[in-house]
Amino acid sequence: MNHEKVEKHIGLMAILIAVVISVGGIVEIVPLMISKSTTEAAPGVEPLEPLQVAGRDVYVREGCYNCHSQQVRYLAEEVLRYGPAAKPGESVYDHPFQWGSKRTGPDLSRVGGRYNDEWHELHLMDPRAVVPESNMPGYPWLARKQVTADDVRKMMGALRTVGVPYTDADFEAIPDAVAGKTQLDALVAYLQSLKASDQEVTQ
Amino acid sequence: MPFVRFRYRDSTMTDSAQTTVVYNDKVVKQFAVMTLVWGIVGMTVGVLLAAQLMWPALNFDVPWLTYSRLRPLHTNAVIFAFGGSALFTTSYWVVQRTCGARLISDKLAAFTFWGWQVVILSAAITLPMGLTQSKEYAELEWPIDLLIAVVWVSYAVVFFGTIMKRRVEHIYVANWFYGAFILTVAVLHIVNNISIPYGPMQSYSAYPGAVDAMVQWWYGHNAVGFFLTAGFLGMMYYFVPKQAGRPIYSYRLSIVHFWALISIYMWAGPHHLHYTAIPDWVQSLGMVFSLILLAPSWGGMINGIMTLSGAWHKLREDPIIKFLIVSLSFYGMSTFEGPMMSIKTVNALSHYTDWTIGHVHSGALGWVAMISIGSLYVLIPRLVGKKEMYSVPAINLHFWLSTIGTVLYIAAMWVAGVMQGLMWRAVDEDGTLVYTFIESLKATYPFYFIRLLGGVVFLSGMFVMAWNTYKTMSNPAPVAEPDDEPATAPAGA
Repeated sequence: MNHEKVEKHIGLMAILIAVVISVGGIVEIVPLMISKSTTEAAPGVEPLEPLQVAGRDVYVREGCYNCHSQQVRYLAEEVLRYGPAAKPGESVYDHPFQWGSKRTGPDLSRVGGRYNDEWHELHLMDPRAVVPESNMPGYPWLARKQVTADDVRKMMGALRTVGVPYTDADFEAIPDAVAGKTQLDALVAYLQSLKASDQEVTQ
Repeated sequence: MPFVRFRYRDSTMTDSAQTTVVYNDKVVKQFAVMTLVWGIVGMTVGVLLAAQLMWPALNFDVPWLTYSRLRPLHTNAVIFAFGGSALFTTSYWVVQRTCGARLISDKLAAFTFWGWQVVILSAAITLPMGLTQSKEYAELEWPIDLLIAVVWVSYAVVFFGTIMKRRVEHIYVANWFYGAFILTVAVLHIVNNISIPYGPMQSYSAYPGAVDAMVQWWYGHNAVGFFLTAGFLGMMYYFVPKQAGRPIYSYRLSIVHFWALISIYMWAGPHHLHYTAIPDWVQSLGMVFSLILLAPSWGGMINGIMTLSGAWHKLREDPIIKFLIVSLSFYGMSTFEGPMMSIKTVNALSHYTDWTIGHVHSGALGWVAMISIGSLYVLIPRLVGKKEMYSVPAINLHFWLSTIGTVLYIAAMWVAGVMQGLMWRAVDEDGTLVYTFIESLKATYPFYFIRLLGGVVFLSGMFVMAWNTYKTMSNPAPVAEPDDEPATAPAGA
């Protein structure tokens, strides 16, 4: 085709641009939306419990993903350091995904059970109290903020809308699960929930 | 002086129409000033972050001063506030002059300016509060996303509307790039931000984990490809020939590399997800297209740099040309580095390390910031009816501060990144890991210091530019028409 035609018709040019920019995304994204491996939970993967849901929101809000990945690549040294490689079915209840893109700190996707709750609390309040060379910020305000059942109900409601299979019984369990809990408790509960789908974590 | 009147004669045009058009330069001027303001703000936050990585005490245990909340503010401020304002500034300037037409609507153009500023201010308030979607460069929550969509559609109406009432037949090449940038960013923004709100400033992405990752990096990579590349190539296609006083090197090359660039970029996203849980075939596809992408990227660089052929002496004499040509060199370097890093085995080493941060900044500081700075130095004096900036030596000083700052930054991050990658993978003879994670961080601290230094040097150049701009804009006595043409009737006549 004579390119001059395109250069003289902005409508034609806009349509051609729209066509050529659409192909790549359609080819790469749509199959993933249909594929079972990326949309169905791997065996052993359960939706997060209410306190863990609240903890995940703290994780997102504080921006932990800026320095910590949650994605063990299938490379020998990664499996050696962190644990089993990630599987697509492990992330299906993750809205949004928390795979991260930078490791200023280590990967966290298999951190559950590696340290006890007290270690996590100390570490989150003042990282250098337990890891002197660390450059992680402290998050002392988390201990001063309470988790409310109302907030968690909204979170789980939205998660149910996007496809996480919460039952009515799960919602009824919320008040007891979060009663008296701080955001620090919630974040620690979430961190302890992070483990490979197919193996029990040994401490 | 809201509007400056220029006799229409543009050296980059093929058409020789000699009509007098009064351009809307008020909105251009507003965006130009805010480009500088947001550039300084965004880079200052960047310097603070770099310092926090060395001295974590600088987080002060204050939530809204904490690194992990401020890092998205830095990225959003430099990409969308600084880069975005530079794109609005130059696209509004270029589309009017290359079409020989005033912006189609002053009111809508003003709306894009104020709307965009509200978006930026909302980001500056909500991100430190921890209100985030956590998708990189798409952190802003749903009400702000809706406002962005409205402003962006208005931008498209102003831009394409102005092209539709152009007085020349051909659409100038810079406008192809600006047009592709505007259309594609709209598509990317809408698809990536589909979410279910559960509060006035809270929402969850509609896509499940692995799909969300793919959508995000399709968006993320093309935010680079279209916001930070195609738009700035539009800038290059106007301001390089303008300042060099030469036509674009190859018309044919611009056609080929335009269509190749915009179609291939859209496939390259999966290289952000090598060895992860997305299917292998998607990763391989992403890698192959990333490698092919080298060709159209270098097509653009060659077309820009070779425009200077026959006028190479200007590289010695004109600091603005230095900015433009060195920015294209950084562009060529980072678009070589990018495809190399997309090779799976290279990526195994580089991913998750500071090498990525170095790569991003060779593009962001070296290419995006320097082409914007060069273009603004062409444009700012003309906005106030002057021939050149108040101080040309200050432009030269700024050029060296930018170049040295960028080189310090990226060299430090390269070394740090390769070192981290090697330390993370080092295994003893008995099959155990040699280094703990914290040992790799300890080894990185000296490089974090050099990076901080590079950032400070680059930022100091921005202050030189702010001073020079203030002097240029505040100093009265408009000299002459920039193109040495006789002055025409005053503004608003």
